[in-house]
Amino acid sequence: MNHKTIDVSGVAAHNREGEIRIPSGCAISGFFSRRGRRMSADGIVQSIAYMHDRSNGLGGGFAGYGIYPEYKDQYALHIFYDDFEARENCERFLNRHFDIVNLSRIPTRKHPRITDEPLIWRYFVTPLATKLAESQLGEDEFVCRCVFTVNAKYDGAYVFSSGKNMGVFKAVGYPEDVGEFYRLDEYRGHCWTAHGRYPTNTPGWWGGAHPFSLLDYTVVHNGEISSYDCNRRYMESYGYRCTLQTDTEVITYIIDYLNRKKGLRFSDVARVIAPPFWSQIDNLPPDERETFTDLRNTFSPLLITGPFSIILGFSGGMMALNDRLKLRSMVAAEEDDVTYIASEECAIRAIANPSKVWAPRGGEPVIVTLDEDVKL
Amino acid sequence: MIDYEYPEYEVVRDERRCTVCRLCEKQCAFSVHGFADGRMTADPAQCVNCHRCVAVCPTHALKIVKSDHCFKPSVNFTADLMHDVYAQAATGGVLLSSMGTPKNYPVYFDKLLVNASQVTNPPIDPLREPMEIRTFLGAKSETIGYDEAGKICVERKPTLTLDTPILFSAMSYGSISKNAHEALARAAAELGTFYNTGEGGLHQDFYRFKDNTIVQVASGRFGVHADYLEAGTAIEIKIGQGAKPGIGGHLPGAKIGEDVSKTRMIPRGTDAISPAPHHDIYSIEDLRQLVYSLKEATDYKKPIIVKIAAVHNIAAIASGIARSGADIIAIDGMRGGTGAAPTRIRDNVGIPIELALAAVDSRLREEGIRNRCSLVVGGSIRSSADVVKALALGADACYIGTAALLALGCHLCRSCHTGKCNWGIATQNPELVKRLDPAEGARRLVNLVTAWNREIKEMMGGMGINSIEALKGNRLMLRAIGVTEKELEILGVKHAGE
Repeated sequence: MNHKTIDVSGVAAHNREGEIRIPSGCAISGFFSRRGRRMSADGIVQSIAYMHDRSNGLGGGFAGYGIYPEYKDQYALHIFYDDFEARENCERFLNRHFDIVNLSRIPTRKHPRITDEPLIWRYFVTPLATKLAESQLGEDEFVCRCVFTVNAKYDGAYVFSSGKNMGVFKAVGYPEDVGEFYRLDEYRGHCWTAHGRYPTNTPGWWGGAHPFSLLDYTVVHNGEISSYDCNRRYMESYGYRCTLQTDTEVITYIIDYLNRKKGLRFSDVARVIAPPFWSQIDNLPPDERETFTDLRNTFSPLLITGPFSIILGFSGGMMALNDRLKLRSMVAAEEDDVTYIASEECAIRAIANPSKVWAPRGGEPVIVTLDEDVKL
Repeated sequence: MIDYEYPEYEVVRDERRCTVCRLCEKQCAFSVHGFADGRMTADPAQCVNCHRCVAVCPTHALKIVKSDHCFKPSVNFTADLMHDVYAQAATGGVLLSSMGTPKNYPVYFDKLLVNASQVTNPPIDPLREPMEIRTFLGAKSETIGYDEAGKICVERKPTLTLDTPILFSAMSYGSISKNAHEALARAAAELGTFYNTGEGGLHQDFYRFKDNTIVQVASGRFGVHADYLEAGTAIEIKIGQGAKPGIGGHLPGAKIGEDVSKTRMIPRGTDAISPAPHHDIYSIEDLRQLVYSLKEATDYKKPIIVKIAAVHNIAAIASGIARSGADIIAIDGMRGGTGAAPTRIRDNVGIPIELALAAVDSRLREEGIRNRCSLVVGGSIRSSADVVKALALGADACYIGTAALLALGCHLCRSCHTGKCNWGIATQNPELVKRLDPAEGARRLVNLVTAWNREIKEMMGGMGINSIEALKGNRLMLRAIGVTEKELEILGVKHAGE
């Protein structure tokens, strides 16, 4: 990927995300309605704003689910373009591969602290039947490969959201400013996640902000994983190209691989990436011990070490997970049909009056899904 | 007259300390020390610098120094080369050597530096937190699913489970003594790892270490029979050895006593010659047949290891082996040890293990087949830091041979081929063998590996890694220093400061 470096700091241009590996600290927040109630994004903006000091203005973003009910059967592609030419090139590619049902700029409002914005476009698309048949791939895999192609081969174009009935909104800036910039108050969804970024050594690039997403998976992450290169090299041997060199990117790919391609349940995905210690596994009843050992051994390069707390959004659910030692703070709470997750309890109490608050243990996932009778 | 050479070493005896107890004389199998006219004498021409006399001397009256006698200096025709020419002019023979090459080839492990966490993520203290080094070797299941009851089902492959990423590499009974073998077997059992029979079969006394034994099948097929194949947890097909790629083995008849003869299933006193190739493997498809013959013979219950020497085309060869059904590939680097090898082969053939490992790991990943087999590397792994670096480059575990022998008392005099090892390791002389107490030897091996395990955990903790699987192939945890762009590219690491 050969993006031009965007220099917002006025100092000499640094390498852009993907050309260099950048550690970052962060704040995360998210909530999910089991009843599928579509809630305004105001709550999530307010929640993440409460943890202002955990970000440094170099990246903020949101993911919303259930926000495009009128186009729920189409893939919603959100794309950053460096310039008009990049858009033309990329649209030629899109036209060859997809039936574009609707396209438009994503509505934004000028904001004094959000500057140097790229062109930001949104497309609701369906894979062309002929192309799909020719590729001998499933629909999701076809879309996934098209996203990889654009991001790796189309200079100045970057697909940052590609699921159905969901979307990612992100930018360089503080998350609350990013929310205003994208006019999030105009969206409603049954699940929202948010991220405020604290990268250590880069001016930040819009594509490098979180959430990172692939298809309908979105990940917001706080931490710096020490297993990165082990995880990355494994995923690359299965065809995933880690162009951004970020933890969030590789975590998203791991989840995509385990859940979508290998068919593992989210609870088992959590057991692969943050398994119990052998000392715990050895003391389990034989049946469980076998299961945990099989999972850990089969996917050993996908174990993630080092501090992390993540919130994964997916179609119809949300999962929160801490590393096995719980080296990052993460709190969960419930109020009525809504489950809240945040780096700090204050970010939940800012928007809710929960009946139950708890700190999930390291490696113990909190998974919430829509009630069975809920139809979106 | 032309062939006379001044001895390489001098025996220095402090007459004031020497009590003429004559212990040195009794201990030296090379007959260096003597006694005449009430005084100790020494014939330094026989000395191999094995330090046995130095170590046993109760008054510390002995030391061995390198002779300062010299030829006119030359960096081209060195003294070593001149000695070799004289020896060959005198005998017409192939020069023999033992243990790893002493030549000055780059040791890439010493040019790799390990990372540690600062601020952005925390180091983990192994004294406070679990630090996991349990290691699995074998192919990984490619299929996973749920049964009707919702339980995970995987296609389980034959797997070795180790409590450490360190195994003892192949050393045959014959090349080393029975007591050395016993020490290795006992230590492997206590450590939860494996030792390797080498190509000399397995002594009946050691069948009880089955759970910690890897049995080897080499080109001579010495001692290979149905019970032998069942006597180990894994079977290793030895194609090559780092110290002598492309060369077979030769155990002189003098070392084939009653026990070795029975174990190897050959007549007493005959030379045991392992051919250079397996005569049923002239190509990769033949290897596949042997792999599956062994699997058939053992009911597909044991992982099959294929051990190869690190040679130029190693990545392609390893890729072929990974597709041949092997569960584990063992790669032996050119600095690895040997009981005896032609000197020119040992010192000139093959490539360093670090480059071979990096190339193989990268190639198997590019081809999407890294999961089909584990990689075990050796030749030479000298410390826990080498283990950590090898794992970060992409190995699953390490074989140690020379370091294990050092723990047993070896002083690297590189004279194994003489069969007169004063330390009771590389000899079949009963008087010498009994100097090595298997229980004491096992204790020292356990100490060594335990110490390395601790150091590995410390380094992992520093990197913020609390499970060894997250270290494997984690090349970002390494930086190289003082190497060329090309070396960086092959090693797949960045330069320090990048």
